[in-house]
Amino acid sequence: MNSKERLILVGNGMAGIRTLEELLARAPDRYDITVFGAEPHPNYNRIMLSPVLAGEKTFDQIILNDLDWYAKHGITLHAGDKVEGIDLAARTVTAASGRVEPYDKLLLATGSAPFILPVPGRDLPGVVGFRDLSDVQAMVAAAKTGSHAVVIGGGLLGLEAANGLAVNGMDVTVIHLMPTLMERQLDEAAGFLLQQELERRGIRIVTRAQTEAILGRAEGRDSKRAEGRDSKRAEGRDSKRAEGRDSKRAEGRDSKEDRVRAVKLADGRELQADLVVMAVGIRPETTLGKASGLTVNRGIVVDDGMACSDPAVYAVGECVEHRGQTYGLVAPLWDMAKVCAARLTGDESAAYTPTVTATRLKVTGVELFSAGSFGEAGSEDIVFRDAARGVYKRLILSESRLVGSVLYGDTKDGAWYFQLMRDNADIATLRDTIIFGQGVGATDADPFAAVAALPDNADICGCNGVNKASIVAAIKTKGCCSVDDIRTHTKASASCGGCTGLVEKLLAATLGDQYSGETAAKPMCKCTSMTHEDVRRLIQVDKLNSIPAVMQALEWKTPEGCASCRPALNYYLLCAWPGEYKDDQQSRFVNERLHANIQKDGTFSVIPRMWGGLTNPAELRAIADVADKFKIPTVKVTGGQRIDLLGVRREDLRAVWADLNKAGMVSGHAYGKSLRTVKTCVGSEWCRFGTQASMAMGVKLEKMTWGSWTPHKVKLAVSGCPRNCAEATIKDFGVVAVDSGWELHVGGNGGLKVRACDLLCKVDTEEEVLEYCGAFLQLYREEARYLDRTAAWIERVGLDYIHARIVVDPEHRELLYHRFKLSQKYEQVDPWAERAAYGVDANDFAPLAKIGY
Amino acid sequence: MPWIDIGSLSDIPRRGARVVKTPKGDIAVFRTGNDEVYALHDRCPHKGGPLSVGIVHDRRVTCPLHGLAVDLRTGQAVAPDEGCTPTVKIEVINGTLRLAVDD
Repeated sequence: MNSKERLILVGNGMAGIRTLEELLARAPDRYDITVFGAEPHPNYNRIMLSPVLAGEKTFDQIILNDLDWYAKHGITLHAGDKVEGIDLAARTVTAASGRVEPYDKLLLATGSAPFILPVPGRDLPGVVGFRDLSDVQAMVAAAKTGSHAVVIGGGLLGLEAANGLAVNGMDVTVIHLMPTLMERQLDEAAGFLLQQELERRGIRIVTRAQTEAILGRAEGRDSKRAEGRDSKRAEGRDSKRAEGRDSKRAEGRDSKEDRVRAVKLADGRELQADLVVMAVGIRPETTLGKASGLTVNRGIVVDDGMACSDPAVYAVGECVEHRGQTYGLVAPLWDMAKVCAARLTGDESAAYTPTVTATRLKVTGVELFSAGSFGEAGSEDIVFRDAARGVYKRLILSESRLVGSVLYGDTKDGAWYFQLMRDNADIATLRDTIIFGQGVGATDADPFAAVAALPDNADICGCNGVNKASIVAAIKTKGCCSVDDIRTHTKASASCGGCTGLVEKLLAATLGDQYSGETAAKPMCKCTSMTHEDVRRLIQVDKLNSIPAVMQALEWKTPEGCASCRPALNYYLLCAWPGEYKDDQQSRFVNERLHANIQKDGTFSVIPRMWGGLTNPAELRAIADVADKFKIPTVKVTGGQRIDLLGVRREDLRAVWADLNKAGMVSGHAYGKSLRTVKTCVGSEWCRFGTQASMAMGVKLEKMTWGSWTPHKVKLAVSGCPRNCAEATIKDFGVVAVDSGWELHVGGNGGLKVRACDLLCKVDTEEEVLEYCGAFLQLYREEARYLDRTAAWIERVGLDYIHARIVVDPEHRELLYHRFKLSQKYEQVDPWAERAAYGVDANDFAPLAKIGY
Repeated sequence: MPWIDIGSLSDIPRRGARVVKTPKGDIAVFRTGNDEVYALHDRCPHKGGPLSVGIVHDRRVTCPLHGLAVDLRTGQAVAPDEGCTPTVKIEVINGTLRLAVDD
């Protein structure tokens, strides 16, 4: 006989299962556990339905507890069998299937149901909520057949639904009763920025809009349908949730019957709709609790120990009402789960106290964080705006405590602000700099200072309620050494993923050098699930030699790729099979197809090569003549020591090149993902400080490297002395002469994010400079992701790796150098001469026809 | 509306485009990987970029200036972007391209 106490959980969702996990951690053998769930799935992460809708995740990826988990813990799961009755006196539950199970302790976690506006037409097929997987499936199906969606409700859920539907190709309108979006979490300014961003993505937003009715295709039949449904409701299904499900189910069955056509607003406007998503809010799902005779107000009433009015029954999650409050965010659920598990294992002291909560919007590319309150009397604001970056931050202070924060565009300090709020910390001393984030005002040199400074109880993952101490413990005692490990062991960053960066920093701060960074697989683009590295490796292994071959072998999801993956694949193939692969011009960006740089008005710029930045009167005359002859409007000296002819018409390109070729000049490749320029200072040839002949060195380097295609543009420079007038230490490969030889610097760039080079090594001779340079470029060509500058690549793989390959291992260096020179045999062909003199790709430059003249 | 011969299908590379010059502006004539042919005004609805030199993939072209993708069949920008480029009627008869042009 089984003598264990019997625990039944009604509701197979996040709050209920989390309570079981807490319970099993405390007393694995105390209860004989049975779980009933209305949905036919194991426990999944409801918060992540938005990414599933947007196609960024699959359902499998959001399962929190797979069936093995239930089996492993001896839990009996009845998924898809909804509990319909509780007999508190007899202590039994009865499910839809007729199954009756006795319990000693009952845990209710029935969650919440979408609030359905009581407007005419709410029952029409095509009207759905956004609460569970079947809703997502209904939306995805609707997106395949219909084109117009209306989302009612501009809150968190509604906007995530709207974004997901837009990603699925629907034309989406959000209607919102209030003047600004997410008004409960965001102030007006942030709401406005959010609205702008969503509108930029093609989502229409109608604020101050009151829904009057949902209209069907068959006018006048609404009332009849509603009647029909009412009678069904009388049969005992009086929950609005059941109603929503019925209408969904009806979709398949009644497809030829009436269906939603439009949403009518109070001002008379009608918005076309093939799908209507009701996302105006949620309400606790209390049908079962109420029917069984438990005390129910807005939610099932629980005390501080999560017990209901019947002491054998507990409730957690969104179905409860605690001290008059109901809940719709995930963080409080974790605290409830802990308290409830403690009580179930006999700890009578455990008590739930409400805390501040934080919100993040899960729309890819929109950074938004909100916590606490705003707009209260007596509070003060600190506001920071950066219009160009689209950043808005507002902190709300009350008597030197932080009581609220709204962050838009830059949310990396959200966790810190949130912790300050939870700790009720006095921020008087931080006040001057607090808006700029953590670590400002202190020294900013150590990137881990910020996480190191967080207290142990600081919440790192708000979604799963995991604090810093738990993560550090998992790293130290469970051997976690990657974000994935941390997710498996603690669930931190497993939900919305917003804290992934913080978890990485904690790993780095705790493990030090042992942390090797993340190898998280980010696919190349939406056409494939493979990473750049996978694709490059498989091109070699499977000897794939054309773009169609790669797409076929690696199961591309689109028929012929996109404007993002095609140029990348073309480059990878070119790099893998020098001399054999036939360059696909149609997979090249226009600049690399027309060998000139497209300008905003559709004309082009032309930059002839000037080796090492050197020129002479004949070249300058030729340039001047070309500028005159073709009426080139602008002639400019570039930062890379070249002369730029701007405003050349496409039809004139070949003639311009022919004239420049005649004067001995070739393409400067100023338009390509290729070797751009080698910049030099005058060096020992002229300069009184110069120690080596930097101009000659620069010319040699440029003669060796010109014409090579690379993952991104590559710039070189040679300075003749450490004064470094050629700015060699912000180049991809920079050479600085010193008395005893040459310093080689790598991985620098100017631009958006300036990065100074790392010193790779010092060499003695010019031949060595050439060999190290060729080897370095070849390593970059073979291993970097397309569109990674050397700076980003080195940031990822680390200087030590480069050093090991190029400096420590001479054999490897020589092989790389050899492969670079081999490739250059095929690539050092002047594309201008080919086209100007030999008519290669002539069609690219001439119109197909002229008509109507 | 007169139909005017503008050349043959083989004058345009697969997944490429050529321009037809008219007094009212350039028309871009696209040929897809499946030899379907479409014609659009050669102006991106975003900032007027020349669609004729964009990368053609499936039935879309990506504008070279700022990366907006346009559906070749409708001229509509692919969501989430917005905007529309006028289409021009075109047909292929025995490999000859004919464009329908307003007077």
